[in-house]
Amino acid sequence: MSNTSSSTMRTVTATSRIGDIRAFAGFGSASVGCLIFLYAPIVFLAAYSFNDGRSVSRWSGFSLRWYATVFGNENIQTAALNSVIIAVIAATVATLLALGAATATVNRRATGGEAAYVVLTFPLMVPEIVTAVASLVFFVAIGISLGFVTILMAHIVFCIPFAYLPIKARLEGLDPSLPAAAADLYASPAQAFTRITLPLLVPGLLSGWLLAFIISLDDFIITALVAGPGATTLPLHIYGMLRLGMTPEVNAISTLMLGASTVLVLVSALIGRVGHKH
Amino acid sequence: MSARQFSLSSRVSPRLADLGLLGPAIAVILVFMVAPMAIMFVYSFLQAAPYGGVEWVFTTEAYSSILFERDFLDNSLTFTPDYLIVLARSVFQAGIATVLCLVISVPTAYYIATRPERQKNIWLVLITIPYWVNLLIRTIALLFVLRGDGPINAVLMNLGIVSEPLPLSYNGFAVCLGLIYSFLPFMVLPLYSAFERFDFRLLEAAYDLYASRRIAFFRIVLPVMRPGLIAGSLLVFIPSIGSYLAPDILGGGKTLMIGNLIGTQFQSARNWPFGAALSMILLTLTLLVLLWLARRAGHQKSDCR
Repeated sequence: MSNTSSSTMRTVTATSRIGDIRAFAGFGSASVGCLIFLYAPIVFLAAYSFNDGRSVSRWSGFSLRWYATVFGNENIQTAALNSVIIAVIAATVATLLALGAATATVNRRATGGEAAYVVLTFPLMVPEIVTAVASLVFFVAIGISLGFVTILMAHIVFCIPFAYLPIKARLEGLDPSLPAAAADLYASPAQAFTRITLPLLVPGLLSGWLLAFIISLDDFIITALVAGPGATTLPLHIYGMLRLGMTPEVNAISTLMLGASTVLVLVSALIGRVGHKH
Repeated sequence: MSARQFSLSSRVSPRLADLGLLGPAIAVILVFMVAPMAIMFVYSFLQAAPYGGVEWVFTTEAYSSILFERDFLDNSLTFTPDYLIVLARSVFQAGIATVLCLVISVPTAYYIATRPERQKNIWLVLITIPYWVNLLIRTIALLFVLRGDGPINAVLMNLGIVSEPLPLSYNGFAVCLGLIYSFLPFMVLPLYSAFERFDFRLLEAAYDLYASRRIAFFRIVLPVMRPGLIAGSLLVFIPSIGSYLAPDILGGGKTLMIGNLIGTQFQSARNWPFGAALSMILLTLTLLVLLWLARRAGHQKSDCR
């Protein structure tokens, strides 16, 4: 009690001299500037995807025609489908591998856990371009022809740490007495895992999977090098379109991807909130 | 306390079960990530085959050609700064981008931390969304606003501030801005989490002891943010230095960075050993920075005790 009152008194003496003690001049406007900087370009890009004219500089009325063009383009459909299939498989495989790894590393925090952690997060430490060319060289050296399969394999690898970290964090936050209590009630370790640990892990699994899914959808440079001539993904296709200059189609397809990413973030934020409640 | 809290089965030995769980993930990374790096290391000491690939002849040509050019006629070596310039430009651009990210992020992270709980979450989501948006698309978006006939130039010309479009794109400025734009959320978030649990009574105490705002900021706020500062700088600097998309899309011919140089060796230039040697240099540089920062962070911890 006396603590609170003396702290209030100190606030009074401090504020009388200096005003709001938490505020620094200009910090608020710097933050607003930061947000404007982050959002203005994507908002402009999205706005001009609804422009009727062929020009990407002059506004000539609202229209959805570029979306119709994008949806009608078979190459874009194929690329988008490839991207989604690769992202779903890569995220799922990476999440399963990461679940095993996280369970094992949390168990043996004392022995060898550090080394395992370094290996599992190694893909995060290597510059992407190096991973990209090294994967290319590796696939050529072992004689796998470049295409869908090599893209998929490369994606699984760099998705592992992104799936691993949220699962590990969730697992470390779990109360270890819960599976112990299950064991006391004669649950086998397998039962304790599937009935107690796994359900509690669901938020970690979901956010790990989503993160891996988005990272896979997002990737350009690694995919570009291991894709070979035949296979393509959405980012590769957009990059190819850009070679012909900025067109309204680029705006439209970019806006679609923007929308998809935003929905995924909001879903993952929602999952996070549900996870916190438990 | 028992170390084994989450186990799958009592019938197999714990050690074996762990190996079965951990093994697949580790194996995948060792085979598809570590082995390729080893192959790259070997390739960097081999001779280039004319149409990509390597010939199995040992040579340090790939490394020496970073500094020296071999004359076609008399086979003599002359010093060439071209590749060193690319390397220096990469470090410089990444360094500038990191510092500017810091300058923008410190006040932002501080401001977010002082918001009421509800607003805090909104701010955090707003900062996070761009990080989840496809990097290629964000880079295209930046090019879209910076172009000669893009919105920024249109506004400036309509207002009569400039008569000719400003050269905002296809140069070093655009690349640096692109790096900041790409990796800014990586700086804000760690700074925020370092500062999140700050005890504002420390600021009160500083002001009670007649600290000015300047001193309170540099002696109280910044030191508390330090772990986030280190993590954030790492998260911006490392992807920046090896960046491919920003220089490729926003830069012109004279803004090549090491990432593009490496990419070209495996695409059009087809000099694999040279590309491998450059990759080894970039990888070493990155790991050195990581190691240095990890050691610094370690020192900091022991200083506190």
